[in-house]
Amino acid sequence: MASMRDIKRRIKSVNSTRQITKAMNLVASSKLNKAKARLEGTKPFAEETRKVIAEIGAAAGRLNNPLFAEEVKGNKALVIVLTGDKGLCGGYNSNVCKETQALCEGKDAKLITVGTKGRDYFKRRSVPIDKSVVGISEHFEFGDAVALGERALKMYKEKEVDAVYLVSTKYISSISSAPKSIRLLPVNPNEFEGEAKADSLVLYEPSEEAVLEYIVPKYVNTVIYGGLVEASVCELGARMTAMDAATDNAKEMLDSLNLLYNRVRQGAITNEITEIVNGSNALSQ
Amino acid sequence: MANKLHLRVVTPTNILIDDDCDMVIMKTVDGDTGVLYGHQPLTTILDLGKLRIIDEGKEKDSTLMGGFAKVNSEGLTIITDAAEWPGDIDIERAKESKRRAEERLKASDGRDTSEIDHSRAEAALKRAILRIDITGTE
Repeated sequence: MASMRDIKRRIKSVNSTRQITKAMNLVASSKLNKAKARLEGTKPFAEETRKVIAEIGAAAGRLNNPLFAEEVKGNKALVIVLTGDKGLCGGYNSNVCKETQALCEGKDAKLITVGTKGRDYFKRRSVPIDKSVVGISEHFEFGDAVALGERALKMYKEKEVDAVYLVSTKYISSISSAPKSIRLLPVNPNEFEGEAKADSLVLYEPSEEAVLEYIVPKYVNTVIYGGLVEASVCELGARMTAMDAATDNAKEMLDSLNLLYNRVRQGAITNEITEIVNGSNALSQ
Repeated sequence: MANKLHLRVVTPTNILIDDDCDMVIMKTVDGDTGVLYGHQPLTTILDLGKLRIIDEGKEKDSTLMGGFAKVNSEGLTIITDAAEWPGDIDIERAKESKRRAEERLKASDGRDTSEIDHSRAEAALKRAILRIDITGTE
C-alpha cells in the first residue's frame, strides 16, 4: 500500500491540476460568449453575400466563367485547414485534421494551415504545406481572411491548383460541433439551387462579368472569415466541454484519493494502538 | 406620405444601418449613383467613397470602403468591407496612416518595388484621405 506521504503528494498534484482545468473552463466559457456574439454579427454579412452570389450564380450558367463549375477538373487541390493554436480542447483539432486527410485522399493536395496544431500534424505526415499562418485563431480580423482568400484565388487563377477547399468546424451548439469541408473554388452553382432565381431584369453595372469577377473573391473571403469565426467559437466550446470533463474527473479522483488517504491514516493509527496495547500487555504480565 | 427606400449597410462585423430613408447616393465604379424608392433591380460594384443618406432633407454621411450594392424589391442592400460614421473615426489614426502611406509611396517611387506594395499603399492612402475628408465636412 502507498504511504501516506505519497498519497498526500498525489492529492496535492491532482488538486492543482483541477484548479488549472477549472480556470481554463471559466476562461473558455467567458470567451465563448464573446465569440458567439461575433458569430451573430457576421451572419448578416455572410448571408447577404451568399444571396448575391446565388443570384449571379444562377445567371452564371450563361456566362461560362472559369470561377464557376459544377465538377472539378483535375486532381490538384488546395486545402485551407482551420485549426487552433492550443490544445486541451478535446477532439477539436484532430477531428479537423482527420477530415482534411480524408478529403486529401487520392488528390494531389497542398495545404494552407491556420493554427499550430494543423501545421504540426501535417508536417509530421509530410503533406506539402504551401503556407502556414499561426497566432490568429483567437485574434483575427477580416484582413487575415482576405490574405488567405487572395492567395487561394491567385493559385486557382494561375492554374496551380484545380480546386480550393476549406476544412473547418461547424458550430452546432456550445457543446457540440462537427468538422466540415466545403469547396470554395470553383463555385458550384448547384449549391445555391433554389435559393435564388436568375432575374433577367437585374441590371449589372458595369457588366455582369465585372460584377462576377469582383464578387467571387469577396465571397471566398467571406466564407473564410465566416469559417474562422465559427471555428473559434467551436474551439472555445470544445475547450469548455473538455475542461469541464477534466475538472469532474479530477474531482472524482480526489474523492477516491481522499478515501484512500483516510483509510491508510486510520490503518496506521490502529496499527499504533495495537502495538501500544500489546506492549503494555506484555509489560504487565 | 411618399414611399421610402429601405437601406441596409452590412459589414463583416456589424450592421451599420437598417432604416428607411428618402435617397441614397453612393459612389460606384462608374461614378456617383443615386437610388430612390422603386429603383430598378441592380447589382453594382462600389468604389471607395462617401455614402450619402438623405432623409427628410437632412443628410447623413458615412465612409464606404468598396463593396457592392444590391437593389431589389426589399430596398437597397450595401455589402462592404468597412463602413463607419464620422463620429466613429479615429482622426489621429487616420492622419497617421495617411502619413505612413505617403512615406511608403515616396519610398517606392522610382525604385523597383513590387506592384502589390504600391497598390496597397495607394489604397491605404485613399482610405485615410476619405476618413479625414468625411470628418472635416461634418
